[in-house]
Amino acid sequence: MGTIQLKKVNKSFGNTAVIPGIDLVINEGEFVVFVGPSGCGKSTLLRLIAGLEDTTSGTIEIDGRDMTSEAPAKRRLAMVFQSYALYPHMSVRKNIAFPLKMAKMPQEQIDKKVNEAARVLNLTNYLERRPGQLSGGQRQRVAIGRAIVREPSAFLFDEPLSNLDAALRGTMRLEISELHHQLGTTMIYVTHDQVEAMTMADKIVVLNAGRIEQVGSPMELYHTPNNVFVAGFIGSPRMNLVTGAEAQALNATTIGTRPEHIAISKTEGKWKGKAGVAEHLGADTFVHVHTEKVGTITVRAPGDFDIHFDDTVYLTPDATRLHRFDANGLAIR
Amino acid sequence: MARAVSTRRTAVVTVVAWIVALLIFFPILYTIITSFKSEQEAIQGFNLIPSGTLESYYDVESQKDYFTPFLNSVFLSVGSTILALIVAVPAAWSMAFAPAKRTKDILMWMLSTKMMPAVAVLFPIYLLFRNLGLLDSRAALCVMLMLINLPIVVWMLYTYFREIPGEILEAARMDGATLWGEIIYVLTPMAVPGIASTMLLNIILAWNESFWTIQLTTTNAAPLTAFIASFSSPQGLFWAKLSAASTLAIAPILIMGWFSQKQLVRGLTFGAVK
Repeated sequence: MGTIQLKKVNKSFGNTAVIPGIDLVINEGEFVVFVGPSGCGKSTLLRLIAGLEDTTSGTIEIDGRDMTSEAPAKRRLAMVFQSYALYPHMSVRKNIAFPLKMAKMPQEQIDKKVNEAARVLNLTNYLERRPGQLSGGQRQRVAIGRAIVREPSAFLFDEPLSNLDAALRGTMRLEISELHHQLGTTMIYVTHDQVEAMTMADKIVVLNAGRIEQVGSPMELYHTPNNVFVAGFIGSPRMNLVTGAEAQALNATTIGTRPEHIAISKTEGKWKGKAGVAEHLGADTFVHVHTEKVGTITVRAPGDFDIHFDDTVYLTPDATRLHRFDANGLAIR
Repeated sequence: MARAVSTRRTAVVTVVAWIVALLIFFPILYTIITSFKSEQEAIQGFNLIPSGTLESYYDVESQKDYFTPFLNSVFLSVGSTILALIVAVPAAWSMAFAPAKRTKDILMWMLSTKMMPAVAVLFPIYLLFRNLGLLDSRAALCVMLMLINLPIVVWMLYTYFREIPGEILEAARMDGATLWGEIIYVLTPMAVPGIASTMLLNIILAWNESFWTIQLTTTNAAPLTAFIASFSSPQGLFWAKLSAASTLAIAPILIMGWFSQKQLVRGLTFGAVK
């Protein structure tokens, strides 16, 4: 249970094709992350799967059954929204119980399930409160609780952490990942944050302008990006992309090198430049170097690397880890 | 130090607020005070302490019947409000949840009709009422009051409904709620506070409406506004009696407003803050 297959799914608003046609298989129990810049169609794709939007053409199969024109509730999917979408006039208990009540489950069973979900999500002490009396993280957990009790064949998350502060986001990221391991249910997670994608996903789907740029495990995308877009999008800080003579020397239009694959030295190296801003993160220092030959390059240096604004430095990219791309932006391997 | 300054500041602001509130409320207060004076006291000049006589109230009650205009006022304000809600709820609902290209224009156009002075359409409306034999008819006046307050009612409800996030409705749909389930368990409970404040405000507006109620009624359908007006008679002004009549007319709505002030304030500021 929990296999989802998209076949030539197309979504157009008027004459604008938001999603020109997507084929994708999501296997049972997988944690799949849709990632891409805003407006790339990732949320629309999720809403198509949920049934909140109608497809213009193509089919959506869930567990082998064509669900393309089935109502959202019939698809056995649960969704967690960015705004949590809790019912403000109901207590936490009633919020979590709502889908069960709609399914006309006996009260006794409802109570049992709600209490169990509350226990798993540490909400037992908050069951009689209203959503307005909870913190952001607690609200998010209520939303997840409402999804869990339905025992869906897959969970859909629509940017669930973007309203939380950075520290809480880190914790919730872990909680959701742990939940995935506990339940073993398929999860589809939409985010624009590539860190969330990298840390949580079994499989990442990188979307851009309604098209799938690449599908793969986080490390596959990191090591072998198919094109310039994926190369620039996955990894933090971004991959340095260089065009011009340096690239042509390697028979490519663009070459890419990650900040962590460049050696920085004060005495010798391939590219000479002046240090710009250095971002000290403790363990690492990210130095933005303005070079003469290849423009501004970001480099990851050790945390205690002694560097000051305007120092002269030399950079040497690791030749074995250079990425080459052709005129169409596709990887040359 | 900062605390001392802020306490003093609060005190000053509080005093100023009280003074402003008293200034605004003073005409009403003086009306109430005057109603407890005799006619002689009333014309003697400014005097804040009345003798406390109920003479004017007896006179008002013996000269004119208070109960019929009171009932008319209740009928007109409640009736026109119910009518307005019947028309405005679906209108505001569709504008909020399924807006079309011209929705904003329609809303602006509706509101713009409130900017026109009522007297500008007195003639056509009076003639319509006369020719259709609707003068002094409670039902017709009810419809009239509903129509003049409709733009405000639609606007208020529209703002309320707009505040209900679409994602909550989608969540209900995902949770397996049918259309009726969605309406009964999710939409209605969320919309009721808004509808209630709109209702209260409209009752007050309709209760206080005096232009059309005085123009289009004579005796049968005359509400309390016409009742007050009838005391400024050609025989001269009787301040105490006029005040007593006014007090009787505003008392019910003042009491209702007092009890529902929390709802009202919420209704008037909803959507403005947040």
